[in-house]
Amino acid sequence: MSKYSIFSLARNALSFHQNWEKAWRSPEPKKQYDVIIVGGGGHGLATAYYLAKEHGIKNIAVLEKGWIGGGNTGRNTTIVRSNYLWDESAHLYEKAMKLWEGLSQDLNYNVMFSQRGVYNLGHNLQDMRDIERRVNANRLNGIDGYVVGPEEIKRAIPALNVDAGCRYPVLGASFQPRAGVARHDAVAWGFARGADKYGVDIIQNCEVTAIRQENGEVTGVETSKGKILAKKVGVVVAGHCSVLASMAGFRMPIESHPLQALVSEPIKPVLDTVVMSNAVHGYVSQSDKGDLVIGAGIDSYTGYGQRGSFTGIEHTVAAIIEMFPIFSRVRMNRQWGGIVDTTPDACPIIGNTPVKGLYFNCGWGTGGFKATPGSGWVFAHNVATGTPHELNAAFGLDRFTSGFLIDEHGAAGVAH
Amino acid sequence: MLLIECPWCGERDESEFSYAGEAHIARPLETEKLSDEEWANYLFLRKNTKGLHREQWNHAAGCRRYFNVVRNTVSYKISGSYKIGEQGPKIGEQGQAGGES
Repeated sequence: MSKYSIFSLARNALSFHQNWEKAWRSPEPKKQYDVIIVGGGGHGLATAYYLAKEHGIKNIAVLEKGWIGGGNTGRNTTIVRSNYLWDESAHLYEKAMKLWEGLSQDLNYNVMFSQRGVYNLGHNLQDMRDIERRVNANRLNGIDGYVVGPEEIKRAIPALNVDAGCRYPVLGASFQPRAGVARHDAVAWGFARGADKYGVDIIQNCEVTAIRQENGEVTGVETSKGKILAKKVGVVVAGHCSVLASMAGFRMPIESHPLQALVSEPIKPVLDTVVMSNAVHGYVSQSDKGDLVIGAGIDSYTGYGQRGSFTGIEHTVAAIIEMFPIFSRVRMNRQWGGIVDTTPDACPIIGNTPVKGLYFNCGWGTGGFKATPGSGWVFAHNVATGTPHELNAAFGLDRFTSGFLIDEHGAAGVAH
Repeated sequence: MLLIECPWCGERDESEFSYAGEAHIARPLETEKLSDEEWANYLFLRKNTKGLHREQWNHAAGCRRYFNVVRNTVSYKISGSYKIGEQGPKIGEQGQAGGES
């Protein structure tokens, strides 16, 4: 595989960019692998990449029922931050943040990680108390962040309405300067190219229909392309983890909900950071192309249809207009939905399962994108060694029996 | 937009209702004798059915009563609603995730 550089760009310019090598192969599945990863999103591809790179396991298949990055990896609002309240989640997301900071160089693929900062707005006294508590907790965990007042916010974000007389006045915000956005498709493609370089087989249009096991140990999977054997299977699916768990014979503490996002028509630069609000419940940033990328909350009911409700759009747009009245005349270009697996404590489930050799990494709810490299890093360790990494030990399925939940509801903010 | 039939008030717009999760989960009796696994099962584990799903709704902006709905979680098509305590229509087709709910 050739390295992307200024020289390869110049060389390919000579042939009018017609002869670029494919970024990854599309092989037919072999009969047997050391590890099968189910799910070719960012998390699954990152898991395969770090398994090959950090743990030396290269006989890996990534099975994807559609196309890579076509699920929630390609459907989120691309926000990356690590300002979580509790130690367990703060450490996990901060690991991801540290990996993000060197990811483009590591992958030799520009994931367009832009540390433009994230503001989480506070609109009442309790919001501000929560923000101060969270910022203090973040700083104790070595995560950057500080509390800013309305004047500073107004200077940084002129388009935001901070008038004292508005319905939800902006009293302040938390600001994490190292947070930002990344190009979601590039993350999937970069990890796919990186994993492929180590010999990982990425098999698209290959749906897993059953998980085979003998005497409580996993032996392989049945797929739409036939039976594939492996002693270790890592399930990294968003939306369908209950379906996969039921194939293996157990239930998950998960409900799948539709979450939708919208982008506007491209407009001139107006917002050079990310703004989120829990109270009015919306988040917005502006892409390099110029369109506003807008998201909000999940639909209340469970659903596997990858589309959102009209009431959801109405609530989302109302929240954005409340914060940015200037956007009221902007037309929306596209709207789409993804299925998010929500857990009772708004934290992911990463670890072993009742079936030996079967590992799950799921339940990322509404905020999995930001964790993509960190999720792959810890899950690769878990799959390679059979025991959790110290960063995901607290996120096992057993916490719902032991009661050691990590309550990030509200603490981390609704907005992802 | 869903059109949901409240057994008391008739068909109303989705925005009048709030969702209240999987139906027919009975609180276990003699809770002091439950094991941690049984508590986890009652509190947290869900069928999360892909297909026909029995679920609770509350007519929050109407009569404020709870009732059950059978809804397809893929197409979102509602095939009927019934009062709490009733068994409701039989579901022939099996959901994927947790079997019939």
